[in-house]
Amino acid sequence: MNKKLTVGTVLIHIFFILFSLSFLIPFILIISASFTQEDALVANGYALWPSEFSLESYQYVFSNPDRLINSYKVTIFYSVVATFLSMIVMMLMAYPLSRPNYRYRRGVTFFIFFTMLFSGGLIPSYILITKYLHLGNTVWVYILPYLANAFHIIVIRTFFQGLPDSLIESAKIDGAGELKILFSIIMPLSKPVIATISLLTLLARWNDWNTALIYIRDTSLYSLQYLLQEILRNVEFIEEMAQSSPVAGGLIDTSNIPSETIRFAMCIVAAGPMLIIFPFFQKYFAKGLTVGAVKG
Amino acid sequence: MLKGDSMSVLQKQEKRDVAKRASKRKAFRENAELSVLLIPGILYFLIFCYLPMIGIIVAFKDYRNNLGVFGSKWTGLKNFEFFFTSQDAVRIFRNTIGYGIAFIILGLVCAVIVALLLYEVRSRNCLKFYQTTMILPHFLSWVIVGYITYILLEPNMGVINKILGIFGIEGLQWYSEPKYWIFILPIVNIWKTVGLNCIMYYAALMGVDKELFEAATLDGAGRFKQVIYISLPMLVPLMITLTILHVGNVIRGDFGLFYTIPRDIGLLYPTTDIIDTYVYRGLRTGDDIGITAAVGLFQSVVGFVMVVGTNLIVKKINPEQSLF
Repeated sequence: MNKKLTVGTVLIHIFFILFSLSFLIPFILIISASFTQEDALVANGYALWPSEFSLESYQYVFSNPDRLINSYKVTIFYSVVATFLSMIVMMLMAYPLSRPNYRYRRGVTFFIFFTMLFSGGLIPSYILITKYLHLGNTVWVYILPYLANAFHIIVIRTFFQGLPDSLIESAKIDGAGELKILFSIIMPLSKPVIATISLLTLLARWNDWNTALIYIRDTSLYSLQYLLQEILRNVEFIEEMAQSSPVAGGLIDTSNIPSETIRFAMCIVAAGPMLIIFPFFQKYFAKGLTVGAVKG
Repeated sequence: MLKGDSMSVLQKQEKRDVAKRASKRKAFRENAELSVLLIPGILYFLIFCYLPMIGIIVAFKDYRNNLGVFGSKWTGLKNFEFFFTSQDAVRIFRNTIGYGIAFIILGLVCAVIVALLLYEVRSRNCLKFYQTTMILPHFLSWVIVGYITYILLEPNMGVINKILGIFGIEGLQWYSEPKYWIFILPIVNIWKTVGLNCIMYYAALMGVDKELFEAATLDGAGRFKQVIYISLPMLVPLMITLTILHVGNVIRGDFGLFYTIPRDIGLLYPTTDIIDTYVYRGLRTGDDIGITAAVGLFQSVVGFVMVVGTNLIVKKINPEQSLF
């Protein structure tokens, strides 16, 4: 019996090691590609280790970083502002809905919940945002349309409901207003749910690429992810970037630009920092967000 | 005496009324105070969720941008008629629904299997390592996943063709053959989503009372039997909840997956074009906005009916497990 058990355990570990490799190898491939010399890459293909080590691609990226820095600025700005604003809006909304005595609780909850089930779709939203609200091609289009999320409000509300009622009652006797109760009593007790939801919101905003695809024309307003998308899709985009770089030294021959490796160097520089940071907050993503919380 | 008595009754009544009114006023004030907090959120949902629902009337109009939503001419069901008689309709519905169903089933099976296996892992360090790696794709945008699939599938330099080359097999033209994508898209989707889903099922398994397993061991049930008779049944509620949540997605494809991974290559549309990519292209080209909106409306209505319907069926069978 004991022997059989170890065989089973070994097999499970082998499975998980292969499974883990399938998630790690892609990153190694990208990193390796960014450090490979262009001609060697074209000749030998992508590999786990650079066939010929080179920093050329990074020289191009860092000698002309305006676009990248710009996209970083735009992305950091809207991600932080959007996360902050939407946390405030969502908590303000979740608090009354968590109060058993609040008269319009059921009506408002349904009003929110319905948006999870039905939506107008892309076309009406597009017409509304560009033609009537004039948000197209502004940084606000990254923020306002994503200000609240029905599911997140319900998760926050459910967490608030779990807090003892007596806290609120005694604060009321002391004459505290609802806003004060929310911010000085409820909020400090709700750190876990606030952390989880703000990280989810931040991640969604940071990884947003389709807003720019649909609403942004101005290259100086590109989000990081959309900049990466353009770099992957258009060789011209890289060539244009590289040509204005001092490394090229006014070189007109675009065939000399290491466009393949530049792509991956850009990918590392643009996506790397967050990829290193986010897994540290892993536990917040897995915990606290049990779907059962929706019910009620 | 009698008079005095009735007086006191009246007074009492009045007193009670005053108290009632006061408590009513207090209740109203409390409700009002709470209602004020809702204003920003309500405004958001009205503007960005409910206004577009009204805007869906463009599906019944010949939309002209200069005339606006309300100025454009009504055309009745012409937009729907035009779309449903076109060849695109068959293709995008087949793809959307086909992948939708495949993703739900495969996603469920893979996540549950991995979670059950993970539950057998005892070493804390190994557990942490496996969990961390499998959740990594959850932090990636579809754009980055697009870079990864490009590295793997690029016909001349791509890893997969290089590996095939080692075995003397000629490289395949991944980006120009639609038939491969029936497999590529589900694999990529599972790769990205399995980690988080698995961890949710794993969390549910952790909640199972350990004594159940101990009792089963005493009764002589092996690990496999325990999985079948204890672990799996314990996961059923979560499976149902997640499936209800996902069932609306049968008709709503993940735009990021279907747009960035096949790189919007026209040659691949037969197996990669779904409603969402079709609607996006309609928007990009700008003509036939009405038709595109009609497709979007149809999608929303079907998605709505499916979620509500599934929930209703689950409610009939077991009210405890329904979502709402």
